[in-house]
Amino acid sequence: MADVLVCVKRVPDSSSEVVLTEDAQAVDGRYAGFTTSPHEECAVELAVQITAATGGEVSVLTLGDADAVEQLRSALAVGATAATLVETDASKLGPADVAREVAAVVRAHEAGGTPHELVLLGNDAADSGDFQVGIRLAYELGRPVVNGAKVVSVEGDTVTAHVDGPEGVETYRVPLPAVVTIREGGVEPRYPSVPGRMKAKKVAIEERTLSAEPTGPKRVRLTLPPPVPSNVQVLGEGAAAAPAVVDLFEELGVLAR
Amino acid sequence: MILTLVEKDLEGAAVDVSLEALTFARRLSAEGGGVPVDAVVVGEAGDELRKELAAYGVRTIYQVGGDGVAAYSGAGWASAILSVRKEANAVVVMAAGTDRGNELMAHLATRAGVAMAANVLSFDGLSPFTVTRQVVGGAALEEMVLDQRPAVFTVAGHAVEASPAEVPGAADVVPVAPEIAAADLVARVVSTEEPEADESGSLKSARVVVGAGRGAGGPDGFTDLLELTELLGAALGVSRVVTSAGWRPHHEQVGQTGSRISPELYIPCGISGAIQHWAGCSSAKTILAINTDPEAPMVTRATYAVIGDLHEVVPAINEEIKRRRG
Ligand SMILES: Cc1cc2nc3c(=O)[nH]c(=O)nc-3n(C[C@H](O)[C@H](O)[C@H](O)COP(=O)(O)OP(=O)(O)OC[C@H]3O[C@@H](n4cnc5c(N)ncnc54)[C@H](O)[C@@H]3O)c2cc1C
Ligand SMILES: Nc1ncnc2c1ncn2[C@@H]1O[C@H](COP(=O)(O)O)[C@@H](O)[C@H]1O
Repeated sequence: MADVLVCVKRVPDSSSEVVLTEDAQAVDGRYAGFTTSPHEECAVELAVQITAATGGEVSVLTLGDADAVEQLRSALAVGATAATLVETDASKLGPADVAREVAAVVRAHEAGGTPHELVLLGNDAADSGDFQVGIRLAYELGRPVVNGAKVVSVEGDTVTAHVDGPEGVETYRVPLPAVVTIREGGVEPRYPSVPGRMKAKKVAIEERTLSAEPTGPKRVRLTLPPPVPSNVQVLGEGAAAAPAVVDLFEELGVLAR
Repeated sequence: MILTLVEKDLEGAAVDVSLEALTFARRLSAEGGGVPVDAVVVGEAGDELRKELAAYGVRTIYQVGGDGVAAYSGAGWASAILSVRKEANAVVVMAAGTDRGNELMAHLATRAGVAMAANVLSFDGLSPFTVTRQVVGGAALEEMVLDQRPAVFTVAGHAVEASPAEVPGAADVVPVAPEIAAADLVARVVSTEEPEADESGSLKSARVVVGAGRGAGGPDGFTDLLELTELLGAALGVSRVVTSAGWRPHHEQVGQTGSRISPELYIPCGISGAIQHWAGCSSAKTILAINTDPEAPMVTRATYAVIGDLHEVVPAINEEIKRRRG
């Protein structure tokens, strides 16, 4: 049996135009909306699959403002059964702060009789992209960490993780308790069912505050890259453009053989 | 001294992005009054690699060996690199922004009690040391201060062009075998599955590359794209969405964490043109984008575009080529 904690972050949806907040310290998500990143959705899915196979529960944790409860509810709707919000302005935390706060929650839960043998995080947050919270957390907790896994399973006291490495798919076998960071692509996150959504609404969210004064990120400011001028020549639409395309191939001399 | 982690490919040569990182390191060195650039390599630094690193101005190659680093472990390798940094008193430790590079620098920074900046594009000043890095998937940039020592960061793939030094370095090899604590070897690779045949060489040198992204729709969506590739004697290059989902092998990936291509013609089909993809294809001479969305960055940045469903456009192009060839 393994109780799994998954760290999810409320991040601005960056698929449409990105707007910065006035103080240039964060992306203003009010226009585009907010979401959970694919890495973390896959982490939740893996946690649900692991606990389905071994018994145990999935808890989710976020550090964010009160609206971040939306991301917790999304995870509750697909199989998590407990959720914690550490209410804070996440843009004022550095990755070391986040790791320390997650560790504080893990320790508090353990003291309260709910140890999280496995903690899953995303490989990198979709907004700040620091690529390090999971690793820092492992050092905080004195646990081994596997980074960037796509597939994770638990058998007895051992977690097996598969990572796409530079020389092929790598296997790690690590004793619990452990930390694993997840990269999207190994599993397909499920859609919430209607009963799942109903159940999620009823779960009481544990609320906590920061355990220590944050040291903050080393950010000076965010900027937007300059727009790129467009000079594109549209050759046509749909299948009807094929002759123009092949004319272009002839012109460029890539058709000869 | 600036210590740069150099990663090797399966043949033992430096990977392109490590040479880019060394180029970045040399620029930093020039700005900083010529502090030496050293490299750290885990495993054998063979003759070819030594020649390569000499050409890139490396003074000393720390060659890390020993049982502790025989299999990959983030904590173990980082501990070894950190002992090199201590011995050599590096003020900067850096790597390419690969999966390994980011992971090892995160371990190393945590152990050293300093910050780590991932995916740096440029440095803006030395006092305080300020870098600009990619955040929000490249949609925004962050200026970050690295005022601790060592300054630890990774360089985003293809953010700088690799160029050899004007004055080559000595590239003297110093073998080291640091002691690694058992606790740092708990999470290590116990086995690696046979690698897929890597044909990224042909992708990098191809005259024409046909690109495929999420728009391909699934693992079965490549038939027409592969036929076009065949008809043009081209190579297939894909986006990370395609490799993450396992539709195509990783060595076909173009971009910041894939290959950098520079063909005469690139034909990205169903690829949005995210900044990380663009990093790998921006030196294509001509780009013909095929996309349903006229506003997609790949379309607006392309030389030519066809607006439409690739599953209609590509078969029509294939037919037209076959018709003209008779
Ligand atoms: C640190 C980091 C490193 C990264 N490295 C890389 C990298 O090396 N390479 C890389 O590619 N990405 C990389 N990415 C990911 C990158 O940010 C994008 O997510 C990715 O490139 C998007 O892939 P895509 O264009 O296939 O998918 P999408 O962005 O989803 O775009 C799909 C496109 O297909 C079009 N489309 C859909 N259906 C059709 C159809 N039937 N016919 C025609 N067009 C259609 C859509 O209009 C859209 O423009 C990296 C990201 C990060 C954070
Ligand atoms: N504010 C947060 N709340 C919950 N989890 C977080 C938060 N910030 C980061 N994480 C987790 O840490 C991972 C890596 O983040 P980062 O190191 O910032 O790129 C993310 O994918 C999340 O799983």
